This record gives sequence, structure tokens and C-alpha cells, in this order.
Amino acid sequence: MTQVEDAGVDARPERRRPRWTPTGRRRAAVAALLAAALYAPFQLVPFHVFQLTMVLVYAVALLGLNLLVGHAGQISLGHGAFFAVGAYTAAVLTHGPGLPYPLTLPAAAVVAFLLGLAFGVPAVRLRGLYLALVTLAMAIFLVPLLKRFEGVTGGSMGLTLPKPGPPAWSGLAEDQWLYFLALAVAVASFALVGSLLRSRVGRALHALRDDEGAAEVMGVRLPAYKTLAFAWSAMFAGVAGCVYTWVIGFVSPDSFTVNLSITLLAGLVVGGLGSTAGPVLGALFVMFVPSIAQDLNEAAPGVILGLLIIAVMYVAPTGLAGLAGRLIRKIPRKE
Amino acid sequence: MAGFLQQVVEGLGAGAVYASLALALVLIYQFTGIVNFAQGELAMFSAYVAWQAMAAGLPFWAALALTLAVSFAGGMLIERIVIRLVEGAPELTLVIVTVGLFIFVNAAAGWIWTFLIKDFPNPFPRGALEVGGVSVGFSTLGVLGVVALVMGLLYLLFQHTKIGLGMRAVAANPDSARLVGIRVGRTLALGWGLAATVGAVSGVLVAPLLFLEPNMMGGVLIYAFAAATLGGFDSPAGAVAGGVIVGVAETLAGAYVPAVGSDLKIGVPLAIILGVLLVRPRGLFGRAVVERA
Amino acid sequence: MRVSAIGCAALLLVAVGACGGRESGGEAGTAASGQCQGQQTTGITDKSIKLGGIYPLSGPASAYGDIPKGIKAYFDYVNAEKGGIGGRTVEFIVRDDGYQPPKAVEEARRLVEQDQVFALFQTLGTPSTTATWDYTNQRKVPQVFVATGASKWGTDGAHPWTIGWQPNYVSEARVYAQYLKAEKPSAKIAVLYQNDDFGKDLLGGFKKAIEGTQLTIVAEQSYEVTDPSIDPQMRNLAGSKAEVFLDITTPKFGSQALAADVRNTGWNPLHIINNVAASITVLKPVGFDNVQGVVSSSYYKDPNDPTWATDAEMTLYKQKVKQYAPGADPNIPYLTFGWAVANSFHKAMDAAKCPTREGLRDSVRDLRNVPIDMLLPGVTLSTGQGDAFPIESMQLMTFKGQRWELFGQVIDTRKEFGPLTG
Repeated sequence: MTQVEDAGVDARPERRRPRWTPTGRRRAAVAALLAAALYAPFQLVPFHVFQLTMVLVYAVALLGLNLLVGHAGQISLGHGAFFAVGAYTAAVLTHGPGLPYPLTLPAAAVVAFLLGLAFGVPAVRLRGLYLALVTLAMAIFLVPLLKRFEGVTGGSMGLTLPKPGPPAWSGLAEDQWLYFLALAVAVASFALVGSLLRSRVGRALHALRDDEGAAEVMGVRLPAYKTLAFAWSAMFAGVAGCVYTWVIGFVSPDSFTVNLSITLLAGLVVGGLGSTAGPVLGALFVMFVPSIAQDLNEAAPGVILGLLIIAVMYVAPTGLAGLAGRLIRKIPRKE
Repeated sequence: MAGFLQQVVEGLGAGAVYASLALALVLIYQFTGIVNFAQGELAMFSAYVAWQAMAAGLPFWAALALTLAVSFAGGMLIERIVIRLVEGAPELTLVIVTVGLFIFVNAAAGWIWTFLIKDFPNPFPRGALEVGGVSVGFSTLGVLGVVALVMGLLYLLFQHTKIGLGMRAVAANPDSARLVGIRVGRTLALGWGLAATVGAVSGVLVAPLLFLEPNMMGGVLIYAFAAATLGGFDSPAGAVAGGVIVGVAETLAGAYVPAVGSDLKIGVPLAIILGVLLVRPRGLFGRAVVERA
Repeated sequence: MRVSAIGCAALLLVAVGACGGRESGGEAGTAASGQCQGQQTTGITDKSIKLGGIYPLSGPASAYGDIPKGIKAYFDYVNAEKGGIGGRTVEFIVRDDGYQPPKAVEEARRLVEQDQVFALFQTLGTPSTTATWDYTNQRKVPQVFVATGASKWGTDGAHPWTIGWQPNYVSEARVYAQYLKAEKPSAKIAVLYQNDDFGKDLLGGFKKAIEGTQLTIVAEQSYEVTDPSIDPQMRNLAGSKAEVFLDITTPKFGSQALAADVRNTGWNPLHIINNVAASITVLKPVGFDNVQGVVSSSYYKDPNDPTWATDAEMTLYKQKVKQYAPGADPNIPYLTFGWAVANSFHKAMDAAKCPTREGLRDSVRDLRNVPIDMLLPGVTLSTGQGDAFPIESMQLMTFKGQRWELFGQVIDTRKEFGPLTG
């Protein structure tokens, strides 16, 4: 806990105007966040560590979705399918050939990337609503497809897998080790996306989102970037799915219904489209709000969940990230 | 041959169900420009209203009239209370709001009426018409007939009434419509009310066939989307034709294409949506849209 | 945005701070002394016992959410009128997993680590139970009477802390196979099944049971729970002209299949519907006139069945559900199921030598013909060495008039077919 406060204090003496750049403050915030994230598993009970691990998994999936929806402006109602593909790639490779788990991560990333690429080609020609419908149908179709190839996927019974155990030198418990694996993947993913968005790719995507026509006139090769956005986005969903398989140790087709896709999209929109914090806040929403909903109403948690989603959209049309930004932007004025 | 024709008839029956919901989807898209993911759930809720009215002792037709009225009011109310709050928000926000509505309505129906299936009287006689070894159920014919009727009424409303004209103006360009004195807000609410009413007809038609329970319409939705896409999102006639085609295609593929089989039938709407969008994005009956960049 | 990152950090810190450290929760547990020395007594005291259950209260499988209502009604009744179980007041915590395995894992951890329950009393569904049983067995937490009929709960040797309750789907399939062997030894059979673990388990069991007989399956059709209707499948099955129709469905699809069978006047097979969909509530919407002669099997009393109208157990059940679960409808068979399984837990706890987790684990695996409220006469709980299936007896029934009419003897599938192994 002290580490984190230190990070906050360190940032303060630097508050002379010229150094008072967004980047500096942002770095401090990220450092604080990381410190807290590193410290948390030693302080929390395993149950909460598990919850945070799942938050990281969802955050990586939402990060990918954010790339597509938030930055490139394309709707996907089927990202759960790419998540499932990543999860199943990891599961099948562990179950069949017995691949060691670290190797399943690049495998899941590549498979999801290629699949995203394949889907991105026709998706380029679709816009808005239509893309939403195609991706939705894809997510629905995946479930019976997984059941069909029983020999590979274990059919409707699914596959049960061993969870990655902590190496002896680390002295960590299983839940802590899984947490750090997820954290490492999440940090790497966020860093990758960050640098991607700062490159000309990011500028091209934003131009594409804001005005396709203008972007094209400016020389952005629309089809290529749209397809790539789809593929990258699918890749991160697949990576998240792979970590999911490590953490849960069980995959079955009915774990990846269309509800997952819809939950992911809802989580992202609630968290905040196009912002860096959006995926994290969205992941927290996806993870904790269903529990809160059932605490509020035992008889029908869905009633509360539905109302909460609508309420957040009303209170914060730009998502929780936008809301938080609005609230805190007022503080400097008071000072 | 009789076997094949029988499969086609089976597909027509399924198609009529899809078409009825597709009509409501098309209607709301036309007036408000949004795709309402909760449309199926609203239809299901309407069917429960009808069930409740009948359980209270009303005869079928009275219950139907009451349901249509309640649904119309309910649709307008939802527009006023929920949708207007996020008016002007990006398309995605609206999509998420209707998803929230979906979850809410589904859970509320389960809460109020439990998840046990309810028996719902079929307004059409039991039995079937036998033609050359093929039997066509009266309820299939009935559903098709009602769907065609609703389609015709909608056409008249759009093309030959002042309200319809106003609605079309709002859909085409809300700002210009407002400038010429059309009350855009009221028209939008009207659109929601109308769509809910058409949805209610769908719910009441479908309930005796699929059996009434809160998840009744969940499976229909994607087929209705495929129907609307195929027919064109701005054409009621297209929605009906699309529904019938989707129903027949799905049934035949399930029966005669071993690679599809009954488990992968759900791939048919996916293929149809994808195919139509790539080959003819405006659908069979839709108007081509020229966009101003 | 940068600020919300700080917000996240703050949030995380609050979460960290609020939970008083890793050591205080989680691994902590209490142990018994005396003859049960060293055994776990987490979640149980002389005055109370804390249980947790995981059910789909939201999402497409929420129909099953009525089971915990029946359980709660039973425990509330026992707490208020019987002084609890062995003097211990039962607290039953219900959590929702929406039928999602990852959510089930989270809720299982919450119940075990945060709520410190004595045992997981029911997880519902094969996927959710499969996702959690490694965890419960590692933590040595009893996961008793899970609400799924998959056969692996009994055949698996590596998970001694997990046990099923209801007759497994394979045994049920064997009952139908045996009936057909006697009644229609060379019948052609058409099968409709739900394309998931439940449907595959039952169909697989049935296929195994008819191996080497004259019975043949001539047509098979599956459906997905997301399908709006199974009419096209029924049309395809009708084309087979089979003499027997085995209907492996869940309630809504059961009604649809029965209705489709009625509509199709050209095909009139013997309709066997599995127990899951055999409730009167499934048959009634189709019309009692239309379902005469349908065959099924059962192990507990259907509250809608007039046969039990004056039955003492049924009267008590209906009265107490009305009293302790106001608003719930005692005619919903899921509540009956909940009542019976709660009564089974009561009896198992009473029989436990030690009031500990180990005591419960051993007790549920050593039940000798224990009679249970609301089970059919002659159906009891029996487990022992090499037999981890509590209920394995069922009775065939056929629909006559407005009720199921039981016929033949209670079939003990253990005796008839030998024990079930993996």
C-alpha cells in the first residue's frame, strides 16, 4: 500500500507547469496502478485474487474489442467467438498434443488473428448495423460448430485441463501464479496496443472512425486497415480466451454462448469506448455488476442487471471512463 | 416429391413465424433508424399480457384487442422513458440500451410469470389441409394470412395516410421534418408503439406454436434479422418474403444437406445475412441508399 | 482518462484495504476435537450449519431457479418447527451463475472462501459442476447431491467430495431399453435429443443398452436449446416411420415434440418421453386428450398428479411451501425436487458419525436404503463401496386420463443391469 502512495507523492513535486504534462501524470497513474496490481495478490484472499484474474482476462478481451469498436468504429456483437477460439485453441493443444501451457498463448494468438483476418475481409464491406448482425450470427453459429467436431473439441461435454502450477522457486500459491500470468499478459497487451495506437496505424484507425470518406481521400487504405483492425482485435480476444483456459481449466461450448459476446460489448460501452481505461473499467463492470445485481434482488438478478446497463448509458453516455474524466476534470478548477 | 413438398410446407410454417417478428424489426428500423434487440422480448411480454387477460376470463379476441392496446401504449412509454433519454447518442449506445432492455424484459417476465410453459390457445382450428399427400396445418395458413394482412395494413399506413407520411419524413431526415412542423418526438413514440403492436401480433401468433415461456422469442430473433436483411430493412413486404425464404431454406438445408444437419441449421441465417450483404446489401426489396459523405 | 487510471488504482487499493489480508480468510478453517479430531468444522457449530448452492437464476436456464426455493422452504420449515438439523439452524446461501461455468467457479470460491460454508449443497448443471469439482475436491469441501444426472459423478474415483443425487441419465436410458426389449423386442426407434451433455449421455446410454438386441435406431435428430422450434426435426423423424419415438428433451421442447407428434396424424409411434420433460406441466399445454399412452419413468412424486392428492408427504409439502415460500407455486415440480433433495441432506447429516466435512463426505457414500420424503414408494437412497449413485431406482409410468399411472415394479437399475462403471 505504501508503495502506491509513494508513487502518488512522487508525482506531486513535479507539478511545475512545463513538466505538468499529461504524459507525466499518466505515467504516475500507470505506475501507481501497476504497483497496486503487484501488491494485491499478497494481500487479498484467493477468492478475490481469482476475481481480479478474471478482470484481467476480460480487460484483455475488451482491449481487443476497443481497438475495433472504439478506435476503428466497427461494431462487433460476436467477439465472444474469438475469445472462444483462443480458449479452445489452448485447450485442444494442451489436451491432445500436450503442449506446455506457455506455448498455447502464441498459438491462440495466431489462430485468432488468422480467423479475424479471414472474417475481416468480408467485414470490410459491411457497416454499422450489418456488421453487428453478421458477427452476432457468427457467435451463435460457433456453439453448434464446436459440438459438431466432437473428436477434437470434446463435443458438448467440453474438455477439462490441468491448470498451470506455480514453479517451485516462486513460492506462490496457484491462484497467485495464475494472477501474475494474467497480469503479465494484460500488461504486455496494453503496452502493445498503446504503441500500436501511437503509430501511424492508430492515426489511420482514428481517421477511419471519424470520417471514412475523408480518411480515404487522405490516402488511408481503408480495406487493409479495417481488415487488420479486425484481425488484431480478434487476436487479443483469443489471447484473453487462452488465459481464461489456464485460469478456469475447463472449456465447453455452452460457456461461450452469444451472451458472452453481448456482455463483452456491453462492458466495453459501459466502460468507455476509445479510452485506455475503458477496457479496465468495463472488465470490472462485467465481473462485479452481475454479483451486485443479485445482491440487490435475489429473485431476478436479470431485472437489476438490465436496469443498470440502461442507467449507466443514461448517466454516462461516454462510459464510466468518460464519467470519471468529467468528474475529476472539475477538481483542478477548485484548486 | 411429396416428402420434399412437405419439407417446404414445414419451412413455410417456420418462415411465417420469422416473418411476423421481422415485420416489427423493419418497422422500428424504418422510423427510428435503430435495430431493437429487445423486439422479440417485447413480443413475448405482449403474449404474456394476452395470456394474463385470458386467465382473468376474457375471451380470446377481447384479450387480443386489449393486448394490442397495452402493447401500443407500452411501446410509446418505452420510447418516452428509456429511448428519449439517450436520444442523439451514438448508434452503439442505442444498441446497448436495447440489449439492456432485452435482459430486463426477459427477467421481468420470468419473475412475474415463472419459467414454466403456459398453454396458450390457438386461434386457428386444429388439423390440416391435405393436398396431394402434403398436409398444410391450418395454423400455418392462419399465421401466414395474418402476417400478410399486417403487411398490407402497414403499407396502407405508410403510403396513404398523413401519419405515415410524417413518419417517413422523420425517418428520412428528422431535422428537416421538425422544420416543416412535424412533431418529431411524437412521431418517434408512435413508431415505437406501432412496432410493439406488430410485435404483439407476432407474440400471440407464435405462442401457441412455440409454447409460451420467457425465452420463447430468443431463438427467433436471429432468423428474423436474417429475414429483414434478406428482404431489405426498409421494406415490410421484403421482411415477409425474407422470412418465408429463410424458413424454407433452413428447413431444406437441415433435411437434405448432411453437412448441415439439424445441429448446424443455425448456420443458414448466417450464410444468408453474409451472402445478401456482400452481393446485394439493400436486400431483395430494399431501396438503394445513396449516402452523403 | 489519465485520471480514471488513478481512479482504478484507488479502487484497487480500497479493495485491497477492505479485505484485511490474505491470511485472515481463505485457508483458515476450524477443526474438531474428540473422536472426530482433526476433521474440518468450517461452517458448522453446535447451533448452526451454513450451506451454499449455485443455480442459474438469470439467463436461459433460469427455470431451474425454482429448485432452491423448494430447498429453502424445507430448511425454513425444519428450522422453525423441528429445531433445525440435529439442533443446528440451517443457513442456505443461493448464488447465481447464469449457467456459466466461469461464473460458477467464482461463486464456488465466494461461498467457500468468503462465506465459509460447510458444504456446497448442489451445483446445477454438468458444465458448472465440472468446472468447480476440481476446486472443491482440492479444498476438501463436500459438494453434495449435485443437480445433474451425468454419470461421471458416480463413476469418477478422483473426486470423493462430489456426489450426485438424481438417477443418472444412463440408468434412465437402461430402464427404457429394458421396457422396449420386453414390449417391442424388434422395434425401430426414432430419437430426438438435445445436443448437449444431457442429451448425449442419455442417448449414449440407450445405445449401449440396446447393443446385441433386435432394437434398432433408424433415425436420430438433435436440436440446440437456442432453436426456436423442433418441428422440422419432427418432420424428418416422421419420415422414418419408426414404431417407437424416444423423446430426450427439456420441458419446452418436450411440449413442442408432443404437440408435433399429435399434429402428425400419419405417424403414431409409441412416445417415450424422458423424466426431465415428464411433468404434468409439460403435458397439460399439449392437451391431456393428445398425450394418452405416452410412456415415461419417474422417481419422485409429481405435485400435479391427483394420485398423491391425499398423500401425507404431499399434503405436508404443499402446506409448508405455501407457508414458508409465499409466492412460490408448490405445483412446480422443481420445488418438489428441491424439497426431496433437502430432505436427503437432512437424513445424510443425521446419519453422519461426525458433524464435520469428512463426516458428511463419508455419510453420503454410506446410505443404506434411506427413505426420502416425496420420492416414489420403493425408491430410496442407497450408496456404498463402489456405488456412488444415491438414486438408481425408477418406475415406468404411462399417461392415462389426467394423470401418470405407474406400472410394473420399481426397477432397481443396479440389480437389473449391474453397477455402472466409467
